Amino acid sequence: MFSLDLLLDAVVIGVLLGCFYGAVSLGLSVSFGLLDVPHVAHPAFLVLASYAVYFLNENYAVDPLVAGLLITPIFLLLGLAVYRLYYETFEKRGSDASVRGIAFFFGIAFIIEVVIILQFGVDQRSVTATYIGKAWRLGDIRIPYRLLVAFAVATALTMLLTLYLSRTFMGRAIRAVAQDQEALRLMGANPIKVKQWAFGIATAVLGIAGALLIIVAPVDPTLDRAYIGRTFCIVVMAGLGSLGGTLVAAIILGVAESIVLTLFGASWAPAISFAMLLGILAVRPQGLFGRRS
Amino acid sequence: MTLSETQSPLLRICALTKRFGGFTALHSVSVDIRPGERFGLIGPNGSGKTTLINCISGAFRTEPGTILFRDEDITRLQPHMRTRRGIARSFQIPRPFRSMTVAENLMVALDFAAGEHVSMTQRRDTMMSILDQMGLGSKVNASTTRLSQVELRKMELARAMATRPKLLISDEAMAGLSSSEVDEVLDLLLSLASRDITIIMIEHIMQAVMRFSERVMCLDAGRIIAIGTPSEVMADKRVQEAYLGT
Amino acid sequence: MKRDGIAFWTGAVVFLAAVLVMTQVVGNQYPFFAGYVILQSIALAVAWSILGGYAGYVNFGTSAFYGVGVYASVFLVSAFGAPLPVQILTGAAIGAVMGLALGLLTLRMQGIFFSIATIALTIVIETTVTNWRYVGGAAGIQIQRPAVTPPFDSYVQMLFFVQAVLVVLAVAISRYIHNSWIGRGLQALRDDELAAECTGVPTLRLKLLACVISGALMCAVGAPAAMYLQYADPGSAFNLNYSVTTLAMSLIGGTAHWAGPIIGAILLGTTQQVLTVTISSEVNLLVLGLMLVLFVVGAPEGIVGLIYKLRGNQKEGEI
Repeated sequence: MFSLDLLLDAVVIGVLLGCFYGAVSLGLSVSFGLLDVPHVAHPAFLVLASYAVYFLNENYAVDPLVAGLLITPIFLLLGLAVYRLYYETFEKRGSDASVRGIAFFFGIAFIIEVVIILQFGVDQRSVTATYIGKAWRLGDIRIPYRLLVAFAVATALTMLLTLYLSRTFMGRAIRAVAQDQEALRLMGANPIKVKQWAFGIATAVLGIAGALLIIVAPVDPTLDRAYIGRTFCIVVMAGLGSLGGTLVAAIILGVAESIVLTLFGASWAPAISFAMLLGILAVRPQGLFGRRS
Repeated sequence: MTLSETQSPLLRICALTKRFGGFTALHSVSVDIRPGERFGLIGPNGSGKTTLINCISGAFRTEPGTILFRDEDITRLQPHMRTRRGIARSFQIPRPFRSMTVAENLMVALDFAAGEHVSMTQRRDTMMSILDQMGLGSKVNASTTRLSQVELRKMELARAMATRPKLLISDEAMAGLSSSEVDEVLDLLLSLASRDITIIMIEHIMQAVMRFSERVMCLDAGRIIAIGTPSEVMADKRVQEAYLGT
Repeated sequence: MKRDGIAFWTGAVVFLAAVLVMTQVVGNQYPFFAGYVILQSIALAVAWSILGGYAGYVNFGTSAFYGVGVYASVFLVSAFGAPLPVQILTGAAIGAVMGLALGLLTLRMQGIFFSIATIALTIVIETTVTNWRYVGGAAGIQIQRPAVTPPFDSYVQMLFFVQAVLVVLAVAISRYIHNSWIGRGLQALRDDELAAECTGVPTLRLKLLACVISGALMCAVGAPAAMYLQYADPGSAFNLNYSVTTLAMSLIGGTAHWAGPIIGAILLGTTQQVLTVTISSEVNLLVLGLMLVLFVVGAPEGIVGLIYKLRGNQKEGEI
C-alpha cells in the first residue's frame, strides 16, 4: 500500500500543485497580507475568473491562458471598484467596521456563487487545450502537462509580482503603505490611492490564477469554499505579505495534501488546509510570522 | 496612617524590561511611586513612556522584571485584574466604547470594577457624582461619538474614576487641547489627587507637568535619565539634550 | 424594567399557546413544514447574535454547530434509539463543550482570523463526519421517526412546537444577556477590547461564556432537524449556507437589540420560503446575499438601527 515510489510521486506532484496554490494565493497575500483587507471573497473571485475563462474557451475556443490574460484588465477594474466601495463604507468608518467588512466580503462571495449557479448551473466545467489530458513520463512518475503548465505560469507570475513590488515605484509604495501609512503621506503619495491600486493588482492577478484553476482541474460554483482554506492557510503560514514565503508555504501545503491524498484517500483532502490553518492560528493567533508585534 | 504604611510604596517597579522582537523599549526600569503622589512622566516621542504604562496596566506582558502594587506581585495578572485592584488609566488616543452613551461607558466600569454588590440607584448616584465632578453632568445620555475632544478626555477620566482607582494613569490627557482646556483638565487631575488618588501623568506640555507634579521622571530610549523634583529634572543636562536632540 | 419582563413572558406564553393551538387545529401539513424552517432560522439567528452581535466576533461556524447537533441526534437515534428531549439536551451539552473548545482555540484571535478559524472548524468536522461510516459517511443516513407523542397528531407538528419552545428559550437567554452586565461587558469588548480590559471587564471569560451559550443553543436547534428531515448527510448538515443565512438574518435585523435577529429572521425566513416556492432556491439565495451586502453597506445597524434612527436619532439610556 505504501512505497517509496508512491511517496516520491506524491512529493513531486505536491510541489507542482503547491506552486499552483501559490499562484492563486498571490492576490490574497497582497490584499489581506499587505493591506489588511479581510478579503474572504478572494477565492470567489478566483472561481469567477475560472468561469470567465471557461466561457471564452467554450464559446470562442480561446486558449485558457490567453483567456486569463484577456480578463485581467476587467478584473483590475473590478478590484479597483471593490476596494473603493470597501474603503468608503468600512475603512473610513473605523472601529466597528471590521465586523461588517468581513460580512460584506462573505456576502459578496455568496452572491458570486449564486450568480455562477444561475448562469452555468451546478455541474463541473472544464476547458479544452492541447496540453490538457496528456502526461509526461519521468521514470516511473507520471506528471500531467496541465500541472506543468500551471507550475510554469505560477512561478513566472510570482516572480513578476515580486519584481513589481520591489523594483517599481508603485510597488515600493504598496509595500510602504503596509508598513507606515503616515510616512507615505509625508512623501506626498496618497495611501488610499496606493491601496486601491494594490487591491486592483491583487484582483487582476486572479485572471491568470483563475485560468490555472480550471486548467488544473474542473471547477464548480462552490469550489471557492475549499480555496478559502487553501489560500488563507498559505497566506497566514507565509507570514502576512511575504510573497517568497507564499511560495514556500504553498509548496508545504501542496506536498501535505498530496501525501495525505495518497495515504488516506481523497475524502480527507478538503480538511488538510483547514486543519493546518487551525493549527497555525491556535499557536500563533496573529499568523505564523505576525507582521507587527 | 502609621509610619510604615506611608513608607511602603503604592507601586514598585523593579528592573522592568520590555522587548519587541529585537527592539528593547524599556531597559531595566526601576521606580517607586508613593501613595498619594503626583508623579509626572516625560520623555521624547518613542522614549518608552506609553510602553511603561502598558506594562503597568497589563496590556503588555513583561519578561524580566516585577511590578508590585500595594505589596502584591501583579506582574502576571491580566489587565482587568489589575483594574480591579485599583489601577486605572486613560489612553493617549481616547478609546471610548463607541456604541454606548456616556452613562453606559461608566456603567461598564461600575459593573465590573467597582466590586461590591450595590443597588442600581446607588450606582446611578455614583455615576452622576463622578460625571458632575468632571463637568460632564449634562452629557450623561449623549452618545460618545458626539463628544468633543476635551469631553472625550474627561469621559475617559470619568470612566477610569468609576473603577475606584487607587492609582490613576493619565496618558497625555491634554494632547490636542486648547490652553484653557488644558487648564480645565489639569484642575480636574489636581482635584482628584487631593482625594488621595495617586496619579501618574504622562504629558508633553511642560507647563502642565511642572505645575502638576511633585516628582518627575524622564525617560529616553527606554532608560530613566533623570528623576526628582520638576525643577531638578528640568535643569538636568541630559534631559535638555534628550528634548532638544543632539 | 420589571414591567418589561412581565410583557415579555406574557408574550412568550401567548406565542407558545398559539403555536400549540395551531398544531391542534390546522390539518394541512405544509404550514408546519415551512414554519419549522422559519422558527429554526429565528433560533439560529438569535443564538448567533450572542457571540456575533453582542461580542462582535463574526462566527462563520453556525453550520458546524448546527451540523454537530444534527449528527448528535443521528448517532443517539441509531445507537440507542434516544427520544427527542434526550437528543436536544445532548446536542446542547455537546454544543457547549464545542463552544468552549472553539473559544479556547480561537478567541485570542482578532477579527478575520477568528472568522476564518470558524470556517476551518466547520470543514474539519464535516470531513470527519464524512469519513465516519457509522453515521452513513458521505452518502448520508435514513432515520426512522418513532411514534408521535400526544397531544400531537403528526411528528412535524410536534417538531414545530418543540422548535417554538427552543425559540422562546433562545430569545429569553439572549434578552437576559442583553439587559445584564454580561451584555454590557460584551458590548464594551466589542467596541474596544483593551479599553474593556482596563475598565475591569474579564474579556476572555466573557467571550468564552458567549461562545458556550451560543454554541449550545445552535447545537440544540440542529438536534431535531434529523427527525424533521428523516435523513442526514454531511454535505447538507454542514452546508455553509446556514452560516451565511444566519449571519445575514442577524445583521439585517440588527444586533443592537435582542429583537433585531428575530425581526431579521422572520423577514428573511418568510421571504426565503416564498421565493423558494414561487421562483427557485437559487434566486432566494441571491436575494439573501444581495440584502446582506446592501444592509451592511447602507444600514450597518440593521433594521433595529433604522428604527432607532426614526425614533429620534439616539436611544435613551435605559439604565
